[in-house]
Amino acid sequence: MSETKVTMPAYVPPPPRRLLEPHRIFLIAVFGVIVGCAIYFLRWDWLPKYQSKLIYGIGETLFLLFSTAAAGFLLALPLGLVQVTGPWPLAAIARGFCTLIRGTPLLLQLWLLYYGLGSVFAQYPEIRQSMFWPYLRQAWPYGFTALMLSFAAYEGEVMRGAFAGVPRGELEAARAFGMSRFTMFRRIWLPRAIYRALPTLSGETVLQLKATPLVATITVVDAYAIISRVRQDTYLTYEPLLLLALIYMCLTGILVLLFRLLENRIPSRGT
Amino acid sequence: MAVDAGFLNLELLALSPPGWGGVLLQGFAASLQIAVGGFSLGLLIGIAGAFGKLYGGPILRDLLEIYTTIIRAVPELVLILLLYYAGSDAVNAVLGLAGLPRVDISGLAAGIFVIGVVQGAYQTEVLRGAIKAIPPGQIEAARAYGMSPFKTLRRITLPAMLPYAIPGLSNLWLIATKDTALLAVVGFSELTLVTRQAAGSTKAYMLFFCAAGVLYLTLTLVSNRIISIIERRARRGIAGPV
Repeated sequence: MSETKVTMPAYVPPPPRRLLEPHRIFLIAVFGVIVGCAIYFLRWDWLPKYQSKLIYGIGETLFLLFSTAAAGFLLALPLGLVQVTGPWPLAAIARGFCTLIRGTPLLLQLWLLYYGLGSVFAQYPEIRQSMFWPYLRQAWPYGFTALMLSFAAYEGEVMRGAFAGVPRGELEAARAFGMSRFTMFRRIWLPRAIYRALPTLSGETVLQLKATPLVATITVVDAYAIISRVRQDTYLTYEPLLLLALIYMCLTGILVLLFRLLENRIPSRGT
Repeated sequence: MAVDAGFLNLELLALSPPGWGGVLLQGFAASLQIAVGGFSLGLLIGIAGAFGKLYGGPILRDLLEIYTTIIRAVPELVLILLLYYAGSDAVNAVLGLAGLPRVDISGLAAGIFVIGVVQGAYQTEVLRGAIKAIPPGQIEAARAYGMSPFKTLRRITLPAMLPYAIPGLSNLWLIATKDTALLAVVGFSELTLVTRQAAGSTKAYMLFFCAAGVLYLTLTLVSNRIISIIERRARRGIAGPV
């Protein structure tokens, strides 16, 4: 019997990749040339004229993003909670709502609200004479509602998992301390569920940012709408769209960075 | 009470010409074609991209990283516009170089191309994760049996990654079906645009948008049922949830 010892080679972790390896310097140079060509050969003379409008549009996009995400998140909490603990009729309604919204395109929901509901509202004199009519005549309430409902449905599913995933023992401990149901929810269940949902929340918020340009199709003025106007005015195909893509990439990057900072602030041991 | 004349007038949904049901179903078929085509193209890009990211050289890996990052950071609507024009311009440029006359790209081909490029970026990530989840012993065993890399891919890697990839891929399939609605913005007559035209000409907005919603929802629910069957089949022989 041969005595050759078979040994496994020790695991050597690959060297950490540095940002500036030779091939990356080459790639950065190539992209620099491409960007330089884009700046030099494409037309950007329209930019100063539309600058202030564009900044306004970006502001509108961000306002739409944060307001709908905040409102949608508040709506998602009961949607998730009811599906975990609620009485079955409420749970069934919440599940049906989530399935309905997640199963149809946002563009269709948006048009249903704006053209469909809008035209129905316009037929009732009671509504036309009410104090809400100045708002209901505009487009943004419909855009806001559609985006909010969509965020609530997607995030409601996440919160359902987060609420269900809080360890039973922690809730039992809270009950053993004599906490009332509401205190237990406020001090233990909700914060623990939000910690668990936080990583997915950043992804959902980026998706919401990418959904906002749809409201331009119902005449809400956001960054995309401004760019569409530039395209109509100047007959340029690519330049405005490329700038818009760059803007959204920067916004996404900033959002992801902000959420990472937020996540790092929350102690994650034992989760 | 003033009831909308066309609101519950189901005759508008009749299949033959006075009704718009047939037009709606044609739009639905167009949406389905694009979703299937785009998802399949995305699957090809995704498999190639995942292998490139896992086994490719440093330059290829960085290029793929740029591709997935850009596609996932830019809204689909903007991408669809950019790719729609860039794709047809590129085809015509190539034809021009070859000395052939310009052609009009069919909306179907352009739609499949656009959805496929977008899906490819997401599927690259899903498939990369799934391939990494395969126990390495299985691939080593295949190599020890003397299988060629291609045979290993076909017989071991792709089937073994399926249970890990299906949840992500099924999400992407549902996203693909819903992304087809965005093609309405560039004027391709799929379900959403057809619905809007039907609603605009009959003024029965609620009826038609609800009908289209029912079609999309049916597609989602049927897809979910089929996916769960496929998943059960792909997972046979694997204990417990992964």
